[in-house]
Amino acid sequence: MAQENTLNPNPNPVSDDRVVLDIKGLTKFFGGLRAVHNFDVTIEKSELVGLIGPNGAGKTTIFNMITGLYSVSAGDIRYNGQSLVGMEPHAITQLGIARTFQNIRLFPNLTVLDNVRIAYHPHAGYNMMESILRTGRFSSKEKELTEQALDFLAVFNLEDRYNEIAGSLPYGEQRRLEIARALAVEPKLLLLDEPAAGMNPGEIVALMDLIHFIRDKFKLTIFLIEHQMRVVMGICEWITVMDFGEIIARGTPREIQNDSKVIEAYLGKGAVVGARAEVA
Amino acid sequence: MIKQLRKLPSWLTTTAGLVLFYALVQLIISMGWVTEYVAQILQWAGIMAISSLGLNLVYGFNGQFSLGHIAFFAIGAYTSALVTKDWYVTWSGSRVGALSGVIALDAGLIVSLVVISLLRINTIQKRLKEAVGRWLNQFETSVLSSVVTFLLALVAIAAGGAVGWLLVKVLPPTLEAILGLLPTGIAQPVVFALALTLGSVLAAIIGLVVGQPLFKLASDYFGIATLGFAIALYVLLQNSDKVIPTMKGARGMVGIPIWTRWFWVFICAALVIVAMRNLIYSSVGRAIISVREDEIAAKAMGIDVTRYKTVAFTIGSLFAGIAGGLFAHKSPGFLHPSSFDFLKGFDPLIVVVFGGLGSMTGTIAASVGWAFLLEGLRVALPQGFENWRFVIYPVLLLIIMLLRPQGLLGGVEWGFLKPPKVQPRTTGDEGE
Repeated sequence: MAQENTLNPNPNPVSDDRVVLDIKGLTKFFGGLRAVHNFDVTIEKSELVGLIGPNGAGKTTIFNMITGLYSVSAGDIRYNGQSLVGMEPHAITQLGIARTFQNIRLFPNLTVLDNVRIAYHPHAGYNMMESILRTGRFSSKEKELTEQALDFLAVFNLEDRYNEIAGSLPYGEQRRLEIARALAVEPKLLLLDEPAAGMNPGEIVALMDLIHFIRDKFKLTIFLIEHQMRVVMGICEWITVMDFGEIIARGTPREIQNDSKVIEAYLGKGAVVGARAEVA
Repeated sequence: MIKQLRKLPSWLTTTAGLVLFYALVQLIISMGWVTEYVAQILQWAGIMAISSLGLNLVYGFNGQFSLGHIAFFAIGAYTSALVTKDWYVTWSGSRVGALSGVIALDAGLIVSLVVISLLRINTIQKRLKEAVGRWLNQFETSVLSSVVTFLLALVAIAAGGAVGWLLVKVLPPTLEAILGLLPTGIAQPVVFALALTLGSVLAAIIGLVVGQPLFKLASDYFGIATLGFAIALYVLLQNSDKVIPTMKGARGMVGIPIWTRWFWVFICAALVIVAMRNLIYSSVGRAIISVREDEIAAKAMGIDVTRYKTVAFTIGSLFAGIAGGLFAHKSPGFLHPSSFDFLKGFDPLIVVVFGGLGSMTGTIAASVGWAFLLEGLRVALPQGFENWRFVIYPVLLLIIMLLRPQGLLGGVEWGFLKPPKVQPRTTGDEGE
């Protein structure tokens, strides 16, 4: 139990002016259940950070608190120095934090294009009256917005699919569309919740390339939850491991792979000796 | 010929089509080729279409299951009836009394709402908590914040009340003078248009205020809560004569001028259809639909879900109010609370579900079908069996639900109501 605060919130040296996301002592209770306890993390600009842990460790709960879907029981979340605690989800998104969901949450009955155009909504540049009256400004802004969305789809190789219903896309493309839609809100910080869930090995390789690509192209900071070890090990610069709502380890992928606590959390106590032997 | 027509701008063909349709039906009615009875059914179909489009915006497009739509229909009906009846019956004296009163009410409420939104109560509460949080505990802070909110609300109500009071004093002589200048032939449609506007605006304001605390409720609970509002309003209408004697309460309001004509129904329906279509195919419309599709994802996309629920519900109530105003001035010029009871509340819901949730074409088609079927069966069924249409009708609904759960035209739009086409790559500068 004394372990909680001994781990550094970022394994690398941090300079204050580059910190994007700073979480301190984050705690969440669901009634009597403590889902997350004393979670810390400090993420710098353009880092790619992973969050792993067994099922039910509280990873998605943390994402839900950052994005405002859950209220925070205790602790603080700061984004570029501004506290997000108590803010409405849409306001947090408009600050520049976008996310994807573990079980894809597209707008299933709408077209691919409309999925992206909805994300552009805050930048539409016309109001309700103008849209009802179809003013000149509406037409030009709407055209601009549509072209922007189509260009955006082209980046993700979804341009040909623009008129298809999102729910009818193949699984891998739905994932890609969800990431595209999240990026259309023009975020600075992207939260990916198990982006590789349900993907086959070929799709996973493509996804890893995509994540690297978007980070460089859109100059993003990425915080991701993942179960697939090869994704985490392959792309994350450093990793935080959780179990039962608490942080149990933090470090580079290589360090984590050899951490006895992590192996214990994933495989059980008896497995530690055997796993060690295998790593060696 | 058809190819050339296609090249014309869409608004031109649409307007031409609408005018042609209006003229054709007007011709048929004017020439007496159909009976007054059929013309009445046509009006009823248009009124149903307006009201149901409003409900479709709330339920079909925004995904909020509302059972209280009929309440806003009733508000529109009674409000506009009060205005016109007063103008029509009392030829001397204060024939614009009700008109001034309703204008004052609408304006006062709008001023109150504007003041409330200008006061930014949320920000004030937050600042207050930061300022006094050091000295007071959580309970004391929340009590203080409630008191401050209450006082601010009082300020807003006082501001609205002041404006309303001023208007009540100023308006009657002014309106009397203006309307007195106009010949009756012009003054009458002006008063009717005013009455429809005021009634629907009042319905929209009440929708805005009533909906606000309810939007936190998940879909089914929202339905029950709105149903509660509809029932409360029904009881209020039955006892309305205690406050406004002209409304006659449970005895029914008589002597409302019969001004609803095909012309009015057509104009209102056309305005509503065009406005709704333009709204749906815009960024605002997409935001409204995204709430239905996935509320959590919509929030994560930066969409203020409460705001768009409010927008949809307010506009839906506005449409219901317009329909109510037209309904009140339909023959026989008689309003009774039983026209707005629980069971009647299901009519627009049936039309919306029958036509297809989220389909404007479907709602319009179902409204026309509904009106003509209900009356057609009255003629077709043998004497003494007329009430069997309320058996046939639900059975039809059951069959539709089993065979086409998405409704007759679910997800389908025709002609002008189709989503505007998107051309990929208008420039076409890359590898063809």
